[in-house]
Amino acid sequence: MSFAVSENPKLLSLTDRGLYCEVGDFYVDPWRSVDRAIITHAHSDHARWGMKHYLCSREGEGVLRRRLSPESHITSYAYGEEITLNGVRVSLHPAGHILGSAQVRMELDGEVAVVSGDYKTAADATCTPFEPIRCHSFVTECTFGLPIYRWQPDEEIFADINGWWQENQAKGRCSILMGYALGKSQRALSGLDPKQGPIIVHGAVHAMNEAYREAGITLPETRRLGELPAGFDFSQAIVLAPPSVQGSTWLRRFGEVSCAFMSGWMAVRGAKRRRAMDRGFVLSDHVDWPSLLGAIEATGAERIWATHGYTNILVRHLREQGKWAEVLSTEWEGEQDASEAGAAEQEESA
Amino acid sequence: MRDFATLYLDLDSSNRTNDKVAFMVEYFRTASAEDAGWAVYFLTGRRPKRPFASTKFQLWAAETAGISPWLFTECYDAVGDLAETIALVLPPPIETNQEGLAWWVQNVLLGLAKEPEEDQRRIVQECWQRLTTPERLVFNKLITGAFRVGVSQELVVRALSMSSGVPQATLSHRLMGDWTAGSLFFESLLSLDQDASEDLSRPYPFCLAHPLEAAASSLGDLSEWHVEWKWDGIRAQVIRRGGNTYVWSRGEELITSRFPEIAAIGDRLPEGTVIDGEILAWSEGRPLPFAELQKRIGRKTVGAKLLQSVPVTLIAFDVLEFEGVDLRARPLSDRVQILDQLKTTGLVEVPMPKTVNGWSELAAIRDQARDLRVEGLMLKRKSSVYGVGRKRGDWWKWKLDPFTIDAVLIYAQRGSGKRASLYTDYTFAVWNDERQLVPVAKAYSGLTDAEIKEVDAFVRKNTQDKFGPVRTVTPMLVMELAFEGIQKSSRHKSGIAVRFPRIARWRHDKLPADANTLEEIKRLIPD
Repeated sequence: MSFAVSENPKLLSLTDRGLYCEVGDFYVDPWRSVDRAIITHAHSDHARWGMKHYLCSREGEGVLRRRLSPESHITSYAYGEEITLNGVRVSLHPAGHILGSAQVRMELDGEVAVVSGDYKTAADATCTPFEPIRCHSFVTECTFGLPIYRWQPDEEIFADINGWWQENQAKGRCSILMGYALGKSQRALSGLDPKQGPIIVHGAVHAMNEAYREAGITLPETRRLGELPAGFDFSQAIVLAPPSVQGSTWLRRFGEVSCAFMSGWMAVRGAKRRRAMDRGFVLSDHVDWPSLLGAIEATGAERIWATHGYTNILVRHLREQGKWAEVLSTEWEGEQDASEAGAAEQEESA
Repeated sequence: MRDFATLYLDLDSSNRTNDKVAFMVEYFRTASAEDAGWAVYFLTGRRPKRPFASTKFQLWAAETAGISPWLFTECYDAVGDLAETIALVLPPPIETNQEGLAWWVQNVLLGLAKEPEEDQRRIVQECWQRLTTPERLVFNKLITGAFRVGVSQELVVRALSMSSGVPQATLSHRLMGDWTAGSLFFESLLSLDQDASEDLSRPYPFCLAHPLEAAASSLGDLSEWHVEWKWDGIRAQVIRRGGNTYVWSRGEELITSRFPEIAAIGDRLPEGTVIDGEILAWSEGRPLPFAELQKRIGRKTVGAKLLQSVPVTLIAFDVLEFEGVDLRARPLSDRVQILDQLKTTGLVEVPMPKTVNGWSELAAIRDQARDLRVEGLMLKRKSSVYGVGRKRGDWWKWKLDPFTIDAVLIYAQRGSGKRASLYTDYTFAVWNDERQLVPVAKAYSGLTDAEIKEVDAFVRKNTQDKFGPVRTVTPMLVMELAFEGIQKSSRHKSGIAVRFPRIARWRHDKLPADANTLEEIKRLIPD
């Protein structure tokens, strides 16, 4: 069972294994085992185990390998480098989501389809910025596809985070900063002021930091728990950890703490409360509403497919604007709500 | 507005009482007297009249944001709070503002209600352009009147006291009754000059009791305790000062004109007297059901017919001021003696048996409560002072065990305030003779946070239909409901009305078919 996504059904179609290019015989972020999978980025809902052959961006190879296994068969390509698979011209272009994240461009007989993966258009010191690509069919995520989501500039968010850390230091509380171990944590790290105090990282975050550093991304100096001397004073420290640590015994060693969560969901007070966080920082690696509409516009696409997120709402809105839009049901999850993120992260770090 | 918005967000995001107090202290110390005065006004739950319907507010917001009304509704559904939704959907501000809270209240908010609709819209939209997202949230909250931020008046008083050195009791007293935050309000609130300008009409803060959860016998020697019936009416203070009578409800509303019978009792009190008691609908020596009293509560003025069908009286149980002297620091036993002297003025008395031999005999007396239409007993330590607020240990309410029934969840609605994004307000039903489920009670409390989350997820997965904010869910969940009283009611489809319903526990072990029948519940109605 499959249906056409691009006008030519042989360029891009949706099957029960995932988005499929029949002529090129490859899938994009498939959710079942296939021979050839192009991976947009290394988050676990997009980069799954069990593919015979993985293709990804050069920038993202190290991260992907750590997420999969050292034996995985991975081939990587520079952004913009064109390859031909059975006559389909394929290239990867920066998506700005996390290190190595890519949009997949495919072209056959003059028709172009682009799968965005997850993306953001805002600046991020830890990955190559998003690049708009003209196409006929555009598959876009819409995790935060509601007008209530508008992000502040990074400087303001980082100033808030550093300010919160400082307040906690004054009160003798250790700052626990939670977010996805891959991507979010490194972006946050790039904005922390290392002169303020020691930066300590959870093992899951450390593993991803290493991959970033190996790829040439500069991050402030961090320390792992195991390196610290006995009786270390955590009251001046900030600790980066995945959300799964909340409410766990792992947190006990830090004495009095203040917990914060970084996610686009934190824009709404109810989401923060549900998670019982002291603070929520609205730091997202997805497009907000204005950027989402801007990105769609910039593709000039005739066919817009909305996947994972507020799909029905985005489609209805685009149709009101006179555009052709449809919902595409995939098994990608985007960034999950705070209440579910913990479980996902636990799986990831397991 | 920036400082007050920061205070709001700090209070809203903090779970620690001491932090909340510290945030307020800091604000009161640095804000101008005018701003601080209005902050006290809003933080203690006061609000000006809502200037327009919230539907207009939504419409103007959608228009400003350039989105369709349906899209605004989707946003509202995701956020669960109108003021917050509006703050989030609006485009970023194009100007900044330096004005404080008082300016915004006095120059914008208070005048809005009088403007024609066109101007209201224009003013509101101009304001939005000058406010940041957090400031807009607060501005919208002030307008919609939904300004709740999880601090009690007690906490506000504690912070005011810490920032000024004025004793808490004095501040509580000054904050009672009718006032708005006029220009000199904050200065006089924090004035160290006692009594100079104290308003004659002003009541004392009510002393509240805690429910007794331990065994009554754990309270020690019964002879140290003063025992009263626990009435189910309106707690009130009757004040006779300066030749005038003032009747105040516990909600700090002046209700003198609504209860002329009580005002008449007050008129007979000697000058300089304050009585604490309970207003009850009363006929033939015993209270009428609470539903009868309710007919009087909503009325600003009462007609002759209602006065006759639902007469009220005052059960006095304490005297807080006598001959112009504040008695609150004196032991209860002294105050009760003075109260006895006042009984000649027409105060109703329903005496307790004079001698009770031990707690078990008292428990037997408590069991008669339902026949007398009272809720149980009050136990007050004879040596106790009349404290401010809910001090633990001296005053206990020893209520009858509630009625309990098993009922099925059929409707759910989002909560408000802290619970705005969760389905927390439930309607429960039981079986009628035709084996249909009829709603019998709404309950909002009693589940743990984890259980609320679980029910919330259930509601989202099992919604059958939506009517405005209400979702009809597949009848699957059975809960045990507890309630204090039950009466016949022609206003309810089920024919009954229950009092203070809440969820006692989630009956995972029961199926909807096991829930009670209406017939069984009607048998609980007292004669």
